[in-house]
Amino acid sequence: MPSENLLRITNGQAIDHDCLPVIPFEEFSKIIKDSIAAGSRLSALPVWRPDNDGPLRIIAVLSRPSSGDLLLTASNLPDPWPSLTPDCPATHWFEREIAEIWQIRPKDHPWLKPIRFLHSHDTNFHETTTVGITDFFRITGEEAHEVAVGPVHAGVIEPGHFRFLCHGETVYHLEISLGYQHRGIERALNGGPGPRTIHYIETLAGDTTIGHATAYCRAVEALSGMMASPRAEAIRAIAAELERIANHLGDLGALAGDVGFLPTMSYCGRIRGDVLNLTALLCGNRFGRGLIRPSGVTWDLDGEMITKLINGLNAVDKDATGAIELMFDTPSVLARFEGTGIISPETAIEIGLVGVAARACGLDCDVRREFPYGIYRFAQVYPCTWSTGDCFARAYVRWLEIKASLEFIRQQLLELPDGFIAHDITPMKARMLTVSMVEGWRGEICHVAATDDKGHFLFYKVVDPSFHNWFGLALALRNQQISDFPLCNKSFNLSYCGHDL
Amino acid sequence: MLRIIKTRIKQKYRTMSYPDGSPPELPARFAGRPVVNRLNCKKDCDHCIVACPVDAISLSQETGGPVVDTGHCIFCRSCETACPAGAIHFSREYRLASSFRDELFVKAGSSEYPPAKNDLATKIFGRSLKLRQVSAGGCNACEADSNVLGTLAWDMGRFGIQFVASPRHADGLLITGPVTENMRIALEKTYAAVPDPKIVIAVGSCAISGGPFIDHPEQHNGAMNIVPVDLFIPGCPPHPLTILDGLLRFIGRIG
Repeated sequence: MPSENLLRITNGQAIDHDCLPVIPFEEFSKIIKDSIAAGSRLSALPVWRPDNDGPLRIIAVLSRPSSGDLLLTASNLPDPWPSLTPDCPATHWFEREIAEIWQIRPKDHPWLKPIRFLHSHDTNFHETTTVGITDFFRITGEEAHEVAVGPVHAGVIEPGHFRFLCHGETVYHLEISLGYQHRGIERALNGGPGPRTIHYIETLAGDTTIGHATAYCRAVEALSGMMASPRAEAIRAIAAELERIANHLGDLGALAGDVGFLPTMSYCGRIRGDVLNLTALLCGNRFGRGLIRPSGVTWDLDGEMITKLINGLNAVDKDATGAIELMFDTPSVLARFEGTGIISPETAIEIGLVGVAARACGLDCDVRREFPYGIYRFAQVYPCTWSTGDCFARAYVRWLEIKASLEFIRQQLLELPDGFIAHDITPMKARMLTVSMVEGWRGEICHVAATDDKGHFLFYKVVDPSFHNWFGLALALRNQQISDFPLCNKSFNLSYCGHDL
Repeated sequence: MLRIIKTRIKQKYRTMSYPDGSPPELPARFAGRPVVNRLNCKKDCDHCIVACPVDAISLSQETGGPVVDTGHCIFCRSCETACPAGAIHFSREYRLASSFRDELFVKAGSSEYPPAKNDLATKIFGRSLKLRQVSAGGCNACEADSNVLGTLAWDMGRFGIQFVASPRHADGLLITGPVTENMRIALEKTYAAVPDPKIVIAVGSCAISGGPFIDHPEQHNGAMNIVPVDLFIPGCPPHPLTILDGLLRFIGRIG
């Protein structure tokens, strides 16, 4: 592909957005297909309208693990545009999002339905939609039936609507319909940053407060030419790994509960709380609210706190090892985990899975190592993958990651760099664009931000890992027993609010 | 089997002694109920009002000093940082819940913590309270810290409080999130499905007032605008101790 059609940047680098090559849509679409075939991932596909009456502009953010860089290319988006999905399924959810927000149509999209059922947006549409009512896939025939659940589920979880197309007990296909948590965050971010911006970011997905806040702060720092100190970056990474451990522990406990293995369920629920309390030790809040801000962090660590953290982590390590190894050594648990909800590595690549779900298919993808940022440029986290692609793999990768994160945090606490934790904030520059990626506990978080002539956000695009992975859950359910849904669902544990925004 | 028993012994007995014993230790940096000291306020100063990202602070006609609406506050400490005179600070008081919306407003001279007891709830649900949780547009943090109460460390089952799967089996709803337009009908239907007499508990700044999303056209500024609310539990998200304390005081299990 000709290099003038592409712009190469690194993770968190800011560029003047006039430098973006704007190419004809056929070439744009070919570049996406060729790059994905060559091993890149489509990390984001933001769209905005540069001039009030002008055409829509689309940017492809292709992350290329082989060389650790991001390829950007842009085009004007025709209406209708020839859908990329038939050749490149990884674009399918992105194209549905674009169609819904901008009320234009991709031609020959095989799966065109709203993903969020927007009710209000700043653009020129107000199509009357009712959440959860759309043109779902259907199967007909003797013994074919549908089971619909949600948005209000049996447990204390977020709302979503699931429709199982079944033949007897076997699921042929699962239709996932989201949007119940849509509260207008992305719309509200435009024109910022304002006083509420950081709070929107921290509540994009409450369980990923640190992940999203880090991505946001790195984007703002890039756009304004600031740099957080190594000490601040280390504290951010410590908080991020605590977030990973807490969530993974909670998931392992819940997975044990879903197969009726109550000892591990009970222990993990409690141990997860202990990890959240370690985050609260850092900043007073169990989810890390108020810790990460542009230019650094708000709270420092002292010697006494480091000792407390290390003692806390050692206790978590000991208790978690006992609780979780017990589960993985229990044949009745393994019988339910192994071979359930399999995703092949080929499918994972094709639909663009990220994070734990992808690593459980043997794909060694991790932003911390592929596109290192912050303290991960100097301190490596070892890779954690498993190859079977089933519920066991998704559970086991979590356990491997808990151990890796425990080791990482202890190392960071011992080698914490000296220096300031924050400095004065400089305003963002005009007409710049940046891509900020971090590895949240679910997987790759990608924020794409651009500024207008005054240095305010022209647009701010958030791609939560769940955005890539919800379709993976639908595929994992195929040819499974419907009773395996809770187990498969928990093995992905995707975010509804992070998707619905 | 022996291994399960061995692990069980190693994991020890972990259920906290609270409320009979002292509450679990809160972190040093915990932001609890704000305290306003009007005496420190400078004349015509509005630093705290301007600093609040969600407009939770207003000027009291009565005292002339600031009033913090803890039902709207997201406990971000912006006002505390902005105040040049130290007139607002966040205490470590975890008892934030109240059965009266008005009692969530904190001004100079406000009581240490607001009242939460509901006599009817004490009489009917004091020994058994089954709740159906409805998540309606928040960020999943309030859900997470409500769920924690079911773990063995908190074990709210010992008070007869339990989350149930069906609204038909429930005595009331525990609502989180600002109530998005996309969840409105589901919430109304779930409320209607709970048999009378029933109660509603709003957990978190979103469910009480809309929180950071207040006035977004995609949501309804809290549960109160859709269903009647009997107990308000502030926080963003509230600490599990704040939620448990609110529930226990509401049904008269503690004073």
